[in-house]
Amino acid sequence: MIDRRLIILTLLAAVCAIAFLTLGLRGNLGFVLTLRATKLAALIEVGIAIAVSTVVFQTVTANRILTPSIMGIDALYLFAQILLVLILGGLAYATLDASLKFAIGIAALMILSCVLILPMLRGRLDMGLMLLAGVVLGVLFRSLHSLIARILDPNDFAVVQGMSYVNFNDVNTGLLALASLMTLCALVLVWRARHILDVVALGRDAAIGLGIDWTKTQVGCLLLVSVLVAVSTALVGPAAFLGLLFVALAERVVQSRRHALLIPAAALIAVIVLVGGQTLFQHALGNSSTLGVVIEFAGGIVFLILLWRGSRR
Amino acid sequence: MIEINGVSLAYDVTNILSDISVTIPKGGVTALIGPNGAGKSSLLALVARLQPLQSGAITMDGLSVASTPGKVLAKKMAILRQDNHLGSRLTVRELVGFGRFPHSRGHLTAEDRKVVDEALMLFDLDDLSGRFLETLSGGQRQRALVAMAYCQDTDYLLLDEPLNNLDMYFARDLMRSLRRIADERGKTIVIVLHDINYAGTFADRILAMRNGRIVADGRPDELITTDMLNTIYGFEIPVTTIDGRPVALPFR
Ligand SMILES: Nc1ncnc2c1ncn2[C@@H]1O[C@H](COP(=O)(O)OP(=O)(O)OP(=O)(O)O)[C@@H](O)[C@H]1O
Ligand SMILES: [Mg+2]
Repeated sequence: MIDRRLIILTLLAAVCAIAFLTLGLRGNLGFVLTLRATKLAALIEVGIAIAVSTVVFQTVTANRILTPSIMGIDALYLFAQILLVLILGGLAYATLDASLKFAIGIAALMILSCVLILPMLRGRLDMGLMLLAGVVLGVLFRSLHSLIARILDPNDFAVVQGMSYVNFNDVNTGLLALASLMTLCALVLVWRARHILDVVALGRDAAIGLGIDWTKTQVGCLLLVSVLVAVSTALVGPAAFLGLLFVALAERVVQSRRHALLIPAAALIAVIVLVGGQTLFQHALGNSSTLGVVIEFAGGIVFLILLWRGSRR
Repeated sequence: MIEINGVSLAYDVTNILSDISVTIPKGGVTALIGPNGAGKSSLLALVARLQPLQSGAITMDGLSVASTPGKVLAKKMAILRQDNHLGSRLTVRELVGFGRFPHSRGHLTAEDRKVVDEALMLFDLDDLSGRFLETLSGGQRQRALVAMAYCQDTDYLLLDEPLNNLDMYFARDLMRSLRRIADERGKTIVIVLHDINYAGTFADRILAMRNGRIVADGRPDELITTDMLNTIYGFEIPVTTIDGRPVALPFR
């Protein structure tokens, strides 16, 4: 039995996708459609990756306010990339196979996020401290990033600059095949773990009592989150508050934290917001480059509301 | 059988548990008593592998608690902690259903639903089954948590102060239910109690702790004497006999 709300969300997402593909078609149909379909695939993938990584991350860190990006995980990815530019030089980096760069980025991210975030989970920092630590980490890696950017010579710098801001207009489609594969694998794993995630959400003691291997599960979840964040960051750049917006909306819609409902709902809402938003901006507002900013702004407001509500409890 | 062998626990330099060795045979109700801070919850947490063992060994039917996979242990023992912060927004029925997780890994079968329904009945939760936990009173929530542990349907049930927040009616009701499942289904129940008279009435054996050690161990009639209670709690408690059972009267 499929939940009615999920069906409605699926329909909405489908409508957005069709509108995105077909509105204002002109010129060489075959060419334009291929172009749009590629971009659509990328947007869907990014949306799903951001939404799912946020749900999983919130569950393992036991809070509703943190997202991987707020904890600076995407900054880590960018940091790994610029480090690569520094080591190899801009030209070598630019000629390096995109998939290889991506793979290196993911590997670095997986290692770094385990090394940095696991101790925090182990020490059972409370939300405030986690948030603080995350912000500090994020700032640290962003500053290191810009520090290295300053050291780089201008040509090398141009190579990195392109990837430092979220931009849904200029999707890095070259990575699409590899990114799709990674996302799909991660999604299958997350979906298979949906009941385990429900138990994890009960908290450490209850989960162990019910037979969950806590450390292994935490590490596994963080690795999955790393892969998904790497995918979205590689495709469109860092997006701090998006995940929060998607998950908060999804929770409102399904009124539950059960992952079998929440994960698909969050993913569908992500697709609706990104694809629908992109369509709207492209055709109605005539300026699609600002979508990222607008959604981030909305996400930022959700973040503030959640913080405010949390602090009153 | 739970075998606890030379278990010690220390945080920083303070000793919380000092070289505890005790065997709890299969079947029956064992009450764990002792003053606040004696180490009862710490001991139970170690048995339930919620804390890593620092020294010593604990086995359950020969399975080492430290090295046996969590999945296997979750079908052997269920634990109710003294305080529970549940992260999720759940209804009573959903919570109780989680007790079936070790058996069904999240896909509730008809059999699982039957067990859940039975638990809801047993702990008088059927009327509350659709309510969200945060809307319940303290005692109602406590009963839901006990029902979840019960649903795990394990040979061993470790309960840390399950009578917290329960009124007289439900406290007696819970103790009777526990006694019955111990007698009829051969479950082994280890229960932390502060009301010594509940321990005296329902337990087969009382283990008393103080300052991280076991200071007394015996049948209720051996333990509930003014002298023994003085060793355990450090003050004079009159004991009388009602219907052939010792009753402590620590009220004046
Ligand atoms: N995480 C911790 N860090 C430091 N000390 C701790 C920790 N947890 C417990 N203790 C200390 O260990 C001792 C035993 O605590 P425990 O919770 O086992 O007592 P208890 O017998 O269950 O008491 P109560 O009847 O109050 O529940 C106490 O002195 C407590 O202060
Ligand atoms: Mg205690």
